[in-house]
Amino acid sequence: MSTPVSPGAPLSTAAAVRLVAVREIRSKMFAKTFVLTTAATMAAIIVGGLLYALLGSSDPSRIGVLSDDPRGPTVEALGSAAAGDVEVVTVSSRGEGEEKVTDGDLDALLVPADSGVTVVVESELSDSLSTLFAALAQQQALADEILELDGDPARVAEAVGSASPTVEALDAADERDGGQIFAGFAAGILIFMALMTTGQMVAQGVVEEKSSRVVELLLATVRPWQLMAGKVLGIGAVGLAQVAVLVATGVTTALGFGLLDGTSLELGPTVLWAMVWFVLGYASYALVMAGLAALVSRQEDVGSALSPVMMLMMVPYVIGVSLAPWDPEHPLVLALSYVPFSSPMLMPMRIALGGVPLWQVLVSVMLTVLVLPVLVWLAGRLYGRGILRTGARVKLSDALQR
Amino acid sequence: MPRLHVDRLVKAYGTKIALRETSFEVRPGEIFGFVGSNGAGKTTTMRIILGVLAADSGQLIWDDRPLGPDQRRRIGYMPEERGLYPRMRVGDQLTYLATLHGLSPSDAKRSMQAWTERLGVAGHERDEVQTLSLGNQQRVQLAAALTHQPELLVLDEPFSGLDPVAVDVMSDVLRERADAGVPVLFSSHQLELVERLCDRVGIIRDGRMVAVDTVTALCRHEVPRWQVQGPSGTSWVPQSSALHVVASGDGVTTVEVADPRPGAEQELLRAALATGPVTGFGQVRPTLTELYRDVVAAPTEVTS
Repeated sequence: MSTPVSPGAPLSTAAAVRLVAVREIRSKMFAKTFVLTTAATMAAIIVGGLLYALLGSSDPSRIGVLSDDPRGPTVEALGSAAAGDVEVVTVSSRGEGEEKVTDGDLDALLVPADSGVTVVVESELSDSLSTLFAALAQQQALADEILELDGDPARVAEAVGSASPTVEALDAADERDGGQIFAGFAAGILIFMALMTTGQMVAQGVVEEKSSRVVELLLATVRPWQLMAGKVLGIGAVGLAQVAVLVATGVTTALGFGLLDGTSLELGPTVLWAMVWFVLGYASYALVMAGLAALVSRQEDVGSALSPVMMLMMVPYVIGVSLAPWDPEHPLVLALSYVPFSSPMLMPMRIALGGVPLWQVLVSVMLTVLVLPVLVWLAGRLYGRGILRTGARVKLSDALQR
Repeated sequence: MPRLHVDRLVKAYGTKIALRETSFEVRPGEIFGFVGSNGAGKTTTMRIILGVLAADSGQLIWDDRPLGPDQRRRIGYMPEERGLYPRMRVGDQLTYLATLHGLSPSDAKRSMQAWTERLGVAGHERDEVQTLSLGNQQRVQLAAALTHQPELLVLDEPFSGLDPVAVDVMSDVLRERADAGVPVLFSSHQLELVERLCDRVGIIRDGRMVAVDTVTALCRHEVPRWQVQGPSGTSWVPQSSALHVVASGDGVTTVEVADPRPGAEQELLRAALATGPVTGFGQVRPTLTELYRDVVAAPTEVTS
């Protein structure tokens, strides 16, 4: 049979790698599980942001004060001095105020009393408000005593209010706010999860080709390293797209619900560096995982083949999420943020938390980039040696020997 | 069309020697049957031809030049261990493999459609390979070896696991490709099939070719044998040093006729006719199976 096709042209290396990569992208990007996982993670981010916006944000406590009550400004001053937000609402009568307390519009209503401070609440007074009213009661008692001594209570109140200690820090720590800490966590967790899933995708892809024996057909036309490079690049592109989508979802959610209001988080650099570090981390881990996966022939054995790398991945991650947000300057965190394989998780966390000089980031990037050629060599060797040896697991030492 | 010359291939797996200077040639337009017992070196030879394995020494000559990656891309290959992506659609898979062999995407698609049509799996283009029956998977596997218009076919056990209809389809395709000038090399344990289909046969034992020739040249006795049906017993056979009874029974007598002159067997026929009616008379040739048994069962020389 003659089909009207021109015979195949010689295939350049770039073309071979591109063909393999495109197949990986197509088969992974449109795979049901991948689409569903990504969508579910996006939904989780949005719902999480929504819940945080609804529950987590501190609603200001609202205190009702009668319009003719002279203590209004004092309450306001005390409120702004206290940690929580306090809003003072003026009501025209006690009856109206009590109604608002019942409706939940007011947390507390300050009512006139012969002596001391009387507060009307629905069921109980919150801790922060009881501190505030205690202070008010104390101030009022003090004012009474000062009046009796012919002093000026207003001046005393002013002097007391403005009195505060001066702190002299010997080693001032960079202040971190909630937004930065949140971003630090998010960067660490996202990169860890993304490296984990993409690395496993690479490993499973390698073993799928090996266990289905299609690899022999492929290696009859492309070189082993071309096949490996195409696979790593293709899945890397899929992983980067996923990370970009999740980061975009997170950023949009945070901005949309106003979760980042008043934070000193540098959103742009944090996001950009997180992507860069994902790429660097992916290159490191995916290469090693591809090489190790080529040593086994069955999907069941992928887990045990990868376990050393998984352990290697867990250590910086655990140190990162348990130490870095609270103490980004901890020696362990600092050290590991330079070490290849752990820097892709720790450095982006530090960047999100703020206060990292650019040179430190660049040194860390360079160290990882310097290790990559070694990893390429190692992965190529393991892959080339292991990929056609089906059956029993190929020993690491056998694969590395000359 | 060029020819493939396999020249003194040597390959050892550790201490086990798989190929010992294996040499043979596959010519344009011929179907070459590669037979031998399991572990004799067939698959190793084929994998070396495809470049999937490297030989320790020896060379492969294609078109008077060493076989390189660009020429290898023009080979159609069916590995012994069948392999396709289980979760990839038939059409996508064949198109992908064809582009890896250097076809443009549109040519690859056209060729895929033509071959799935020809091999009777056109209806499964959008099905995942793993959902196909074993027989259809085999057809897709063959299509994978053919979509890039190969200039040489190397098929490892292409007939194993095929139903009789698929065997016919496969045979037709191989013959057709050979008629188009493509050298076809395939291995098989189905010797009747090899005998029927192949122009030439190579028998490999312990990594060494022990017989390479046309089927007719291989399948003949050193001394021609003639079979006579009719007379019972052997007493009617003329007493002659040129005639030697090999087997007899049930009115069928097989006689070696050592006289090389043409028509020497007629003396035997005349003697038989003198005894009574003769219902059959003809030369007997050994089948490839018999020949194979002889060659493969021959005492092994001492090897290290």
